[in-house]
Amino acid sequence: MARHKGRGFAAINYPIGMNLGGDPSQALVHSNPDGKFMVSLSSIDLGQGMKSVTRQIAAETLGVPVEDVYVDTADSDTGPHCMGSFASRGTHRVGNAVIAAAQEARAVLLEAAAEELEVSAADLETDGRGNIHVKGAPGRSITTAAASLAAQFKQGRTVSGRGIFLIPFAGVDPETGEMTPVSCFAHAALVVDIEVDDETGEIEVAKLSSAYEVGRALNPKLVEQQLVGGAWMGMSHAAWETTEPYYPDRGHGPEDFNQYLMPGPGDIAPHDIAILERPAPDGPYGGKGPGEMCANPVLPALANAVYDAVGVRIDELPVTPEKILRGIQANGGARPKGRR
Amino acid sequence: MARTPVEFRLNGAEKAVFVEGGANLLDVLRRGLGDMTPKYGCGQGTCGTCTVLVDGRPQLACLTLAETVAGREVRTVAGLPDGAELHPLQDAFMENFAAQCGYCTPGMLMAAAALLERRPDPSREEVVEAISGNICRCTGYEPIIAAILDAAQRRRRRAS
Amino acid sequence: MSSQTRVELRKDLFADERDDNLNEIGRPTARQDILGHVTGRSPFFDDHQFDGLLHMRCVRSPHHHARIRRIDIAAAERMPGVRRIILGRDVPHNLNTLLSLIDFGRDDEPLLATGKVSYVGEAVAAVIAETERQARDAVAAVRVDWEVLPHVLDPEEALAPGAPIVNETWPRNVFEYHDKYTHQKLRFGDVERAFARPDVEIVEGRYQMSPIEQAPTETCGAIAAPETNGRYVCHTSTQALFFSLGTTAKLLDMPSSRLHFIGGTVGGGFGGKVDSLHEPLAVLGAILTGAPVKYIWDRAEEMQVGAPRGAERWYLKDAVTRDGRIVARRFRGYFDCGAYTRLSSYAVQKATGHLPGPYTIENVSSDVYCVFTNRTPATAMRGFGITGVDFAIECHMDKVAERVGLDPIELRILNAYRDGDMKAHRRLAKNTALIECCQVAAEKAGWPIRPEFAAMSSLTGGGGDRAAIPETVTDEEGRVDGTPAARPAPRPAAPAPAPAPATASTSARPAAPATRPAAPPATPPAAPPVAPPVSAPAPAAAPAERPQERPAQKPYQPQEPFTRGVKKPGAHRFSSLSGTRRR
Repeated sequence: MARHKGRGFAAINYPIGMNLGGDPSQALVHSNPDGKFMVSLSSIDLGQGMKSVTRQIAAETLGVPVEDVYVDTADSDTGPHCMGSFASRGTHRVGNAVIAAAQEARAVLLEAAAEELEVSAADLETDGRGNIHVKGAPGRSITTAAASLAAQFKQGRTVSGRGIFLIPFAGVDPETGEMTPVSCFAHAALVVDIEVDDETGEIEVAKLSSAYEVGRALNPKLVEQQLVGGAWMGMSHAAWETTEPYYPDRGHGPEDFNQYLMPGPGDIAPHDIAILERPAPDGPYGGKGPGEMCANPVLPALANAVYDAVGVRIDELPVTPEKILRGIQANGGARPKGRR
Repeated sequence: MARTPVEFRLNGAEKAVFVEGGANLLDVLRRGLGDMTPKYGCGQGTCGTCTVLVDGRPQLACLTLAETVAGREVRTVAGLPDGAELHPLQDAFMENFAAQCGYCTPGMLMAAAALLERRPDPSREEVVEAISGNICRCTGYEPIIAAILDAAQRRRRRAS
Repeated sequence: MSSQTRVELRKDLFADERDDNLNEIGRPTARQDILGHVTGRSPFFDDHQFDGLLHMRCVRSPHHHARIRRIDIAAAERMPGVRRIILGRDVPHNLNTLLSLIDFGRDDEPLLATGKVSYVGEAVAAVIAETERQARDAVAAVRVDWEVLPHVLDPEEALAPGAPIVNETWPRNVFEYHDKYTHQKLRFGDVERAFARPDVEIVEGRYQMSPIEQAPTETCGAIAAPETNGRYVCHTSTQALFFSLGTTAKLLDMPSSRLHFIGGTVGGGFGGKVDSLHEPLAVLGAILTGAPVKYIWDRAEEMQVGAPRGAERWYLKDAVTRDGRIVARRFRGYFDCGAYTRLSSYAVQKATGHLPGPYTIENVSSDVYCVFTNRTPATAMRGFGITGVDFAIECHMDKVAERVGLDPIELRILNAYRDGDMKAHRRLAKNTALIECCQVAAEKAGWPIRPEFAAMSSLTGGGGDRAAIPETVTDEEGRVDGTPAARPAPRPAAPAPAPAPATASTSARPAAPATRPAAPPATPPAAPPVAPPVSAPAPAAAPAERPQERPAQKPYQPQEPFTRGVKKPGAHRFSSLSGTRRR
């Protein structure tokens, strides 16, 4: 009886946003008289960071510090329509809507500043720290707060903007499946190192090494949150979780967390991550959506690692100790491949 | 239904409530006293989301009969800060990006607070053990473990 | 720092495609919501207090499939604290399908079942009481007279002749695509011809993914309360505010202006909070009682009644040359969508658009079925439509690598899609980065790959011949309009080898018109040998058998020249959204 080391690999790509389009999202942006901006959405933050990433996108586009922006989600009386937070669509769809709304608001802000500075708005730029100045002449400047105040109390302008992002619906050819599924794809490749105990069939995940291509890491710490948490969930889906352990039989369904198994804090492994950024041409600042795809490579990589370790192919998820042991038995013992 | 008067201290303040027979502490804290910081996750004692401290020990509020805390000190996340100053665990959770949806966070913080009271300089293994009854579905646990170890350091620095 | 996580930003890759000098983008800014999270003040739906809050619990089916003869609520109504018991007849418009909001599919699911139930846990009545305890007690006192019906749990059995009909809206137990087929097709090139090549190895596999629960730490729920002006406020855990609002407006037959939905701070979702089951019932409860009503699942309901990511079963068959180039890949997939459509119909199309994975393969064919069975309906979950087939593809790639004796990472790089390649759904690949991910992951893991593979790039080597749309064979297998043989059958035999298209297209433009002689059917392919998978025993589970093989239908006779490399029967257009909708 022994523990066997194994390595498995998998690579994937992932379509960003609702397949086939037809899933609009909208944003409204407005400024208070002191130049603090509010972004109103009906989009949902379920932990992925919707409020935070759209806040950074709005600040970048407006040309103001992130502290000057607050994102409000979600109230159907004030937030304009959004299809919702699913299908990795939040960053891409809502982000683009926020850019559109922020651009419109920024244009008014610059018009107001231009009127105060008696220059053309086209000659102005923002420094991202709360100032608007004439290109090439940083001395001729006005703060965004002063410009907002002037716009609203002197010039009678609303410093606001509306944005919508929609990839129009495109259908599917019934005969060939020809379609325009999505506009951009994220990518990932992952190696998992495991040990399999041939006496108990248990797996211990020893290490994850991965490369995730996310378009652009709009906030690298938020991306890291997704990748680390997503890889954990991938592990969990690979070897722990199911509501129907003997599918298609409906029996033995778990009803609590003592029966519905997941890796705990003692089961996690070191994860060495590389983030690659190939900006999506139509993504907000090139961003894609890492939230769903990060779990996907772990499932097959782990099954492949089990084969490498003990020579058992598990083609039915989850890869439970029971299945591994039965496979080892059927093979007359563990048959490590030792391929790498 | 029989109602029993229960007096206890919640985050340092005296509380007196009537509770129905069988009422659990989580309902009494949330509905009865309006402290919404402990959250409902399962009602079965299997997720740790409702963890509070009773006399300094972590306890699952959903499985705790409210009557049993009479005369005791109950602590929730609402009582974690020292006045306006956040607890070192709260600072560390913020800086280590140790929350995503934030729903398990109150329970995690209380489980960790109990650990740090008991073991100011815990090992990674002790941290893992302390939160092993708390389920997080978002983070993969690593940032939470890192935050608790970080908080222990901050706390020792603050004390010295 | 003590973290086991190491993160490296590989700024050296694709550097010329990025402007890295931005003010806020790219910064590790603290989350806007983090202070609320660590102080416990973030407002989740259940953190809103209402005086006189009532509690709702549902009466649920204990059977996989049963007719409801009678629901007796008389005793339950007299229980202490009970304010109201809602039945299906109280729901103004008690039939819906989630994707009707984007005009896709047919209304096929009641909010509260009336005539019959089709899965264990399906709700037939909702009890509203002053306390949760009272609601639970009253639920136990509702008497339902059930007539148990035969049920089916395996998707391939559900497709077999004589299987019980799960959902009368879909009498064939499948979602009908484009009002035309029992499944969604993908046809690109001619896989059968490639399988017959003498210089290829054939690798086959069967893959199964079991249902997965989203398991957010906050269970699904909503609180609704009367607001002013005949409006109702609804605090909800939904992942899609307007999805839930629109669904509520439709089921309750009320204008959206009377609904005020508040949410946005949600304790995890992972796809499990899209289905909008709680909001309509909570609002209806508030309407019928005039009081605030909370409807929240307990953990057991979340796990067994809440829709999981459905099970998927995939059959793959590859033809691979001995030097590792995959020249054909065929898929047959079954999405087990449970008793109602929810979002599974959509996931099938998403999966189809994803095939054959991130690889350039010159012949691809796929038939994917959205099948109704007597289990909890499936819905979205992190990667829905993709995760299952990626598991199949990537396990399969490992087998292909072993068969041809190639390193698994090198096999992926060799077959990876690159910029300018034609994908099986007939759009050009762009912005690809699979090769670089493979290279970097190998480097991180210390997994050696040969220099020529380490030197390959997504940016070069694509396009050219790889941008061509191949001559494609289509078929009408699985037609549902007018053809009696509506049940899925194996793909008809491939026509005999035909000459290559006269002109090899090198761009995304339609392939040059070509004609192809009406070929006699070749020998029908043998049923794909299904390798017995290593699996745990399923207690009392019926054996999962493939549907009965049927003789191939008459091969399709083209009347028109190719359009985009495809023979099509006369004028033909894409299904519009409304084309598949029946109100």
